Order: sequence, then C-alpha cells, then structure tokens
Amino acid sequence: MSAPELPDLPPVLAEIREDFLAITQPERLQLLLEFSRELPALPQRYADHPDLLERVEECQSPVFIFTEVDAEGRVHLHATAPEQAPTTRGFASILAQGLDGLEVDVMLAIPDDFPFELGLTDAVSPLRLRGMVGMLGRAKRQVRQALAS
Amino acid sequence: MSVAHDDSPAFAGYAHPERLVGTDWLAAHLGEPGLVVVESDEDVLLYETGHIPGAVKVDWHTELNDPVTRDYVDGAGFAKLLGAKGISRDDTVVIYGDKNNWWAAYALWVFTLFGHEDVRLLDGGRAKWEAEGREYTTDPATPTATDYPVVERDDSTVRAFRDDVLAHLGNPLIDVRSPEEFSGERTTAPAYPEEGALRAGHIPSAQNVPWGKAVAEDGTFKPLAELEAIYRDGAGLQSGDDVIAYCRIGERSSHTWFVLTHLLGFEGVRNYDGSWTEWGSLVRVPIVRGAEPGAVPALVG
Repeated sequence: MSAPELPDLPPVLAEIREDFLAITQPERLQLLLEFSRELPALPQRYADHPDLLERVEECQSPVFIFTEVDAEGRVHLHATAPEQAPTTRGFASILAQGLDGLEVDVMLAIPDDFPFELGLTDAVSPLRLRGMVGMLGRAKRQVRQALAS
Repeated sequence: MSVAHDDSPAFAGYAHPERLVGTDWLAAHLGEPGLVVVESDEDVLLYETGHIPGAVKVDWHTELNDPVTRDYVDGAGFAKLLGAKGISRDDTVVIYGDKNNWWAAYALWVFTLFGHEDVRLLDGGRAKWEAEGREYTTDPATPTATDYPVVERDDSTVRAFRDDVLAHLGNPLIDVRSPEEFSGERTTAPAYPEEGALRAGHIPSAQNVPWGKAVAEDGTFKPLAELEAIYRDGAGLQSGDDVIAYCRIGERSSHTWFVLTHLLGFEGVRNYDGSWTEWGSLVRVPIVRGAEPGAVPALVG
C-alpha cells in the first residue's frame, strides 16, 4: 500500500511506516511491541560506559541514546530503555532500525514529526509520540555534533 | 455483585480498608464472578508484555480522556468503555498498575467520578505481583460485553477546578510534585516530558508532599502511623480539613487523593486535575517560587 500524500522517507523507515499503516489499530500496538523486543542490546563499549549515553528527557520512561557516525559517514543509533517501558523501547527500536546505515544528509532530512505519520496517534496518544519526536531530535543533534567535532 | 473484602490485618488500621486488596487475596479470588481486574499503566504496551490472568486494560490517555476537550469521557463514553471491558455497575473492580499504582490510582479516581461504588486497588501493584513471582499471561482478556448504565459524571465532590482552588485559598493544599517542580526550578518531573506550563513554582500556601512518600519500599502503602506522621504532623492536615491536592496533570495527585481519602479518612479531599499545566499558564493567578509554601494572598478583584 503506497501513501503518496506522505513525505518521502528513507527506504527502511518508509517500509516501517507502510507496515504500520496497513494494519488495524490493535495490530499496530502488537507491531510496536514486536519492535520493542527487537531493540538490540547495547554494544559492549556503551554497556560498560552508560555515561556515554544521553538521556532523552522528552520520554516518559528513562531512555538513553547514542548516535554515531562511522568512517563512511553513515549513521548508527544505539539505545537502551527498561523492559518495563516497552513503548519507549519500541520507539527506540524503530529509530535504530530505520536510521541504521543512512548517510548523514539523508538522516538529517527525515521530517522531525514523522512519528506522527506511523498511524499510532490514536493507539498510543500524541503525548507519548512526542517522546519519539524527542528521540529523533536528540539523534539529529548528536549527529550534527559528531560532524562538527 | 461484589466480592468479599480482604480482611488482612495489614489494612485494618486504614479508614477504608475495603479499598485495598493484597496479592494473596487477588490470587485466591481470580475468576470469581463479580470481580473484574483492571490494569492501568503509564506505558500503553506494558499490559501486552504480560498481565494478571483475566485482567482487562484501561489506558488513561486513549480511553479515560476525551480526545478533543481537556476533560474525561462523559457518562455515555464511560458506559461504552466499561461495557466493552465487561464491567457491570455492581461489579467489584480491582485496579493495579506500574509505578506504584500511580496510573491505577488515577483510573480509580476517574471511576469514582462516575460513582462506581466498589473499586479497589491492588496494594503494591504490578511490582509486588511480579516480585512474588506470580502468574502472568500474554493472552488478551476476552470480556463479555455488559450493558453498563449511563451515569453522569459528578465533578463536584472529588474534583476541583481552578475557580474552586482560588476560592479554597486559605485551606490546606497539597502539592505532590517533586521538590524541584514545587520550588520552580523546573515545570516537569525529572525525566518527564514538558507539558507546557508557562510559569514555574506552586500555588501559594501549598505544602509539598511528593506523592511517593506514601509508598513503602515494596510498593505497598505505608502503615497508618507513618502516613499520619507525613500528612498530619508533617503537612499539618487536621481532621475535618477540606483539602485540594494537585500535581502536573492530576495523575500523581490522584494517588495522594486515594491516601488521604481512603487510608487516612479525610472526607473533603478533591483532586485539581488541571494542576500545574493549567495554573502555571493562567493569567494573574498567584504563584510562589522557592521551597517555602508562602502566604495566602489577598484575592485580586
């Protein structure tokens, strides 16, 4: 199912959006839950140094993210959030998968409010979705900082 | 129909021990006719990761709030919601949730607005049930729809609006937010989203008693004597006082409303759900900054 009225997203994020929009509201919650289970564990270098991770204050539950730019100029996002916060984990997981390997310019061009296009507004509530918007904002800022340094 | 109370001696000292059940009691009564267990969490997906067998989920964002107006659902909306959850008007409802029953207490308070008579909290909430290694299931509950009556919401007894708060000044106010929010260092709870108050501080004369003070290490409510020390000796509440509690959007103060009303037995406690996100943005209402409660102001106009 294509959604021509929605702005362009990088392929993986676009696919995630299509997957969400193609199913019913209760199924969307289940899909978000699946994402929450897929959130990879932190790479050891961050697991040993939680101080390197930045806490996202916009999120209801504590979530820490770290975005890095590799030697090829591609973005990788790592995140950790408690098991008791599956919604937050699901948001982080979508970003971790959807942003991974993107070129910096492509990543920075993702619309800041794209979380509201996932069809989750009614199932999850706008306030909660703002947590995901906050995460993306942090990730972009971290990428800009990485470029500047 | 309602089910038997939990006669545990742990609750005997409270003013209304029938408002609490323990995990033992709940495990023994699960599945009993007339009992509906409701889970209400901050995280909208937590129920899906595992819940008490048979429990239905009620989400505060998407189900208790009106989607357009900043208000709760109306009588018809509440009837539709409870009907779909398989709850009858005379059922015993036991609510539990994450974060020390923070959102469970909020749901209980909203049920109270509609006069649902027998609504109780699971003492200790999700955390205690989990810590005791009790059963969870991921099977969604499949309630049989009921015909819940349309009952108009009573906004006059346990709910306060901003004008009620202005008229109340001079009587006890309890601000249940964190000390940083109370003093005006910040407008949101640490690590919580900015919900848009334009000014920081607290309502003049309010005593700051963070809601979590009522909770013991294991997530259960503290015993009566400790609660008395906090709210009577500490915050100066006296029998017969009319009290208004508030926080940021009225959720944490629902928890304190429960403690004051059902555990300590105060009869005139109201929850100001507009709370700081409203007061902190209202034009010309008095505000105090700093750690001290501040004096009751002479009213303008």
